[in-house]
Amino acid sequence: MYEKEKGLVDAFLRGQMDRRSLIRGLGALGVSAATAGVLVNSAATRALAADFDWKKHSGKSLKLLLNKHPYTDAMIANLDNFKELSGMDVEYDVFPEDVYFDKVTAALSSRSSEYDAFMTGAYMTWTYGPAGWVVDHNEWIQDESKTNPNYNWGDMLEGVRKSCAWNGRPGGELGSDDAMQWCIPWGYEQNNLSYNADMLEKAGVGVPTNMDELLEAAAKVQAANDGIYGIGVRGSRSWATIHPGFLSAYANLGENDLTVSSDGKLAAAMNTDVSKDFHAKWVKMIQDSGASDWSTHTWYQVGTDLGAGKSAMIYDADILGYFMNGGENAMAGKLAYAPFAAKGGDPTPNIWIWSLAMSKFSKDLDATWNFMQWASGPEHGLFGASQMDFVNPVRSSVWADDGFRQRLADSYPGYVEMHDVSAPGASIKFTAQPLFFDLTTEWAASLQKMVSKEVPIDEGLDQLADSVNRQLKDAGLG
Amino acid sequence: MATATNDAQLSPPTRRYSASKRLLPYLLSLPALLVCIGILIPFFTAVFYSLQRFRLSQPWNRSMNWGENYLNFLSDPDFWNTLQISLTYAFLTVGLELLLGLAIALLLQKPTRLNNFVSIMLLMPLMTAPALAALMWKLMTNPNFGILSYFATVIGFDDMRWGASPDTALFTVILVDIWVYTPFMMILLLAGLRSLPKQPFEAAALDGVPKIQQFWRITLPMLTPYILTASLFRLLDSIQQFDIIYALTQGGPGDKLMVFQVEAYLNFFQSTNVGRSAALLMILWALTFFLSNIFIKNWLRLRERARGEV
Repeated sequence: MYEKEKGLVDAFLRGQMDRRSLIRGLGALGVSAATAGVLVNSAATRALAADFDWKKHSGKSLKLLLNKHPYTDAMIANLDNFKELSGMDVEYDVFPEDVYFDKVTAALSSRSSEYDAFMTGAYMTWTYGPAGWVVDHNEWIQDESKTNPNYNWGDMLEGVRKSCAWNGRPGGELGSDDAMQWCIPWGYEQNNLSYNADMLEKAGVGVPTNMDELLEAAAKVQAANDGIYGIGVRGSRSWATIHPGFLSAYANLGENDLTVSSDGKLAAAMNTDVSKDFHAKWVKMIQDSGASDWSTHTWYQVGTDLGAGKSAMIYDADILGYFMNGGENAMAGKLAYAPFAAKGGDPTPNIWIWSLAMSKFSKDLDATWNFMQWASGPEHGLFGASQMDFVNPVRSSVWADDGFRQRLADSYPGYVEMHDVSAPGASIKFTAQPLFFDLTTEWAASLQKMVSKEVPIDEGLDQLADSVNRQLKDAGLG
Repeated sequence: MATATNDAQLSPPTRRYSASKRLLPYLLSLPALLVCIGILIPFFTAVFYSLQRFRLSQPWNRSMNWGENYLNFLSDPDFWNTLQISLTYAFLTVGLELLLGLAIALLLQKPTRLNNFVSIMLLMPLMTAPALAALMWKLMTNPNFGILSYFATVIGFDDMRWGASPDTALFTVILVDIWVYTPFMMILLLAGLRSLPKQPFEAAALDGVPKIQQFWRITLPMLTPYILTASLFRLLDSIQQFDIIYALTQGGPGDKLMVFQVEAYLNFFQSTNVGRSAALLMILWALTFFLSNIFIKNWLRLRERARGEV
């Protein structure tokens, strides 16, 4: 690098210059914005090496198990910098999401040492943690000899960080003082509204701000636009149907999935009056304004229908709205975003967190942690967010970065504002317990029966609560 | 003396030879025995797991509960639903595929060039992985752009929801199964039809027996061993159906298509309930064993009758 360019980059890394000024300065020297990003990232990698012995495990090799995802793409794009920084070699297997979690379960349950670290969701660690398949990462985070002093664990968004920590007691509070950090947050999704502004405008409908308005808006916008449906939400017979918009709205109304008694016993809480009223509204919304093949809809159909202009809005992961607003999608550039709270007021979205975790059966946990802290560190987070599609980042410092905010504001108007409003209330709203997948999948199946009118809502929820209580009792949790 | 010495010298090799001769059958069958053990180890492991309270997420609770997993099925409505839907699916698919396969085989019976070409073309779906076939049908039945949804609208079914509706989900997965596996029935029955001896048909023709009578009185009885074999293969496969159903509906809507394999898969991979999953698979094994026994006994009886031994 030439001295002038080097001087500018070093000034940026010392905090004497913001990213926009840096890119402007480099532009004046004939360096394109894309090249500037690479230069900054490369220089940041060198700067990292100044404060911490990254070469401690030089010559060692790691293997990762990864899901096909933009976060993975961002990491792979930056991986050579880690290899240069650490002198380590990193191999990886990438699987599509349809089979990914089966692969993880198979690898961990067989106690295979093939993979040192893997991608996971926080919910999965409620199985992996108690089973003894993942480590408590606090042991490494809190060890100054093993963790870069600039790692800045406190920079992680609090709700996200705590959502990945659990003490292992069924019903135990997430992020409590005695919690174990089962995984390290990497990227996350809030559940809010993404909508087609033109369609809402054509229907003369404002952005809904509570559950009743959402039902009304979905019905009106569907009536006013030919060949579309009003609102996209997930509906497949899977736990993944419950955790996005559905639970975000449910929790915002103050409802719980389970209650925890003073002696630690769990009991179903989805058949309260408020819950029944909410279920009735949700079911009506799908019957009146949802996709006709709703019961087969996963995140994929929810997202692509919005991008293709087949639905007017979605109440789902905000990053679906982000990705559908770009690329080759028919509705690219026409989507807008809004925070949503079912009872109005402050949004409290339930979240999905793509995280990284170290396998207990890793051949070298210390060496693996070297990679983990780099991949979840602020430098890679900023690289991914500003150069790739690493949204939503989990670090406050990345969200505070002017360049990143400006990039979002330019291409995805309203996205930053939606995030900023929702982030303080964003966390996992489920009760942490090892039967999570059993109970939520059954919840989804019950919802399908209610939508198809196989069972009345009151009766369906009472049956669900009975079944949940029976399963909790059988497992010694209720 | 000399003879005695010679005898003494000869006797040890003779003993070695006879010992080797005795061992030879065991040595020859050793590879088969090893393969058999290799097959039986996972089977007995599954039996062992099925007798346990065993959830991967709660390793501290793991213990032998003997037949409790099986006894729980008796009072579990989900299990009876699974049994009912598995049997319904298996018998409907096998029955319909048999009728269609037989009809197509009869049409293609004469070995002309055209018939041979058509029979090869009809095998194409069989070469498609069932999960891929299911995804293809999922696209064809998509309400927005699916061609089958379009045709359904044209003939007046405006709100046809295919796999998304509890009323039509079973019909939809059976349709995909028929598309994939009817060629299997067709090719086996076609091979059977073409190998039937000509004399009975020539004699019947000389006697002026109508074609339809020939079919009922000669073709069908002589083809029965082939029908039984093809049906047995399909039944064993069909009752263990997973990929088409899981790829299309994940067992839904509600519990409409929760067949054994889907239920066992979800129990293992999603709920990590190894004990219940293994018990479900053991029941499926017993069911398969029972049904194949019925088929094989009937097949043997028919074969004996064909040989005039009964």
